[in-house]
Amino acid sequence: MIRLLGVEKAFGAKPVLRGVTLDIRDGENTVIIGGSGTGKSVTLKCIVGLIEPDAGTVEVDGRDVQGLTREELTALRGRIGYVFQFAALFDSMTVAENLRLGLVKQGLDAATIAERVAESLAIVDLPDCAAKYPAELSGGMRKRVGIARAIALRPRYILYDEPTSGLDPVTSAVMDELMVRTRDLGVTGVVVTHDMRSAFTVGDRIAMLYEGTIRQVGTVEEIRATTDPVVRQFIEGRPTAAAPVPAAGRVAS
Amino acid sequence: MRLVALRPSDRAGFVEHVGRWSTEAARALTDVPTWGPLLAAQMRRLGVDSVPIALFIAVFTGIVLSLLSSYIFTGAVPLYFVGALVGKTVMMELGPVLTGMALAGRVGANISAELGTMRVTEQVDALETLAYDPIAYLAVPRVLAATLMFPVVTAFAMAVGVTAGWITSINLLDLTTQEFVKGLRQFYQFKDIWFGLVKSASFGAAVAFMGCLQGFRTQGGAEGVGIATTRAVVLGCEAILVLDAFWALVLL
Repeated sequence: MIRLLGVEKAFGAKPVLRGVTLDIRDGENTVIIGGSGTGKSVTLKCIVGLIEPDAGTVEVDGRDVQGLTREELTALRGRIGYVFQFAALFDSMTVAENLRLGLVKQGLDAATIAERVAESLAIVDLPDCAAKYPAELSGGMRKRVGIARAIALRPRYILYDEPTSGLDPVTSAVMDELMVRTRDLGVTGVVVTHDMRSAFTVGDRIAMLYEGTIRQVGTVEEIRATTDPVVRQFIEGRPTAAAPVPAAGRVAS
Repeated sequence: MRLVALRPSDRAGFVEHVGRWSTEAARALTDVPTWGPLLAAQMRRLGVDSVPIALFIAVFTGIVLSLLSSYIFTGAVPLYFVGALVGKTVMMELGPVLTGMALAGRVGANISAELGTMRVTEQVDALETLAYDPIAYLAVPRVLAATLMFPVVTAFAMAVGVTAGWITSINLLDLTTQEFVKGLRQFYQFKDIWFGLVKSASFGAAVAFMGCLQGFRTQGGAEGVGIATTRAVVLGCEAILVLDAFWALVLL
């Protein structure tokens, strides 16, 4: 289980997280929604120890991430897969080498590594891309390789940072399906997105991050039925909290 | 317009960053399984691939030195001193320093641009999430490779520089090979060579260190990579000049 308790983070004079408290339940996909710049990615990076919170605690499997030694943090990262917004593939390496890197660090033998690489690429439907370089792949394929790199580690958790941003609807649906399939394999997911169609498809629970705190958290049904004007505005994609968007072609009186 | 020069507040932060980063680098040195397999490739890339530019500079340095010394010595000092001046200057000063400066541009910029791009595209973060220490994986092999290979490249540059000076002397000056060699040997000490090589090893470490440091500090996008690269080259060249004076004080 991942637990964030009163997490605060500021960059210079600008506070981003102002006390985020959220439980990520095992075996579920928890989706964090919120506008751009509200700290969704910062929250993910706090979980994996890439960013240190100014206050509050982040617990993974009951251990405070900030209190871990370097060796313990390395071991923790072996249990957490991270899918970056722009995939963050190593562009000097082939797809197979990208997947192999984390497995080598886990100390696996060559045969197991080859097997895991092939299996992970098959899961993301890219079995023939092993020898290609990231520059030869489309944006959607890179993101799928990013997921393959994460699941190859057989992690307990996967953190997805904007997995469908910039993708066409069909590729987005493929990504959604992958995230659901990964959850069904028993992997706990944390998905950061502002794509509501994706959030409703992959999420078991949805948390909305607003002005540095969790505004509301609930099941997909609870969020769909929310009466909170800020959450409603976000999930319906309206420009203001008060008024609905005028129908196309209608002249405002 | 963004300035490459550091403001006073930046300088304090920079010094603190250098200190913290040096401590991390020392710790990462013990992670041999991570950096060990990458060392040979970096030695080839940073060292062997830099040989042509170093030799190009050495050839023209040798030519100019022999002509210049002939011009200075004419009528006052025996001409065979051309060999002494070319040898001493190439081995002790111009070989290491000019090679270091050229490699500060090539190696420092290369390292900084590569690591800076990795930083802004989150590849450095990705390495961390794969349980790698980025300093052990990216910085240590580059700094070690530069420290080991700068003296090798400089040794080639010394040999080519002296050879260019000799060929120039026997073809363009009234000097025989015997006279050139006489001058070369008259003031030669073994220290001339190792002094130059020790200096160049320290130049290599400094240039690669600055490249890594600036690369890891890169922020923003393409503009940030450009700024980091420029800083790496400028700081690398400055470090070479400071170290040059330091070694002259300590070893001469």
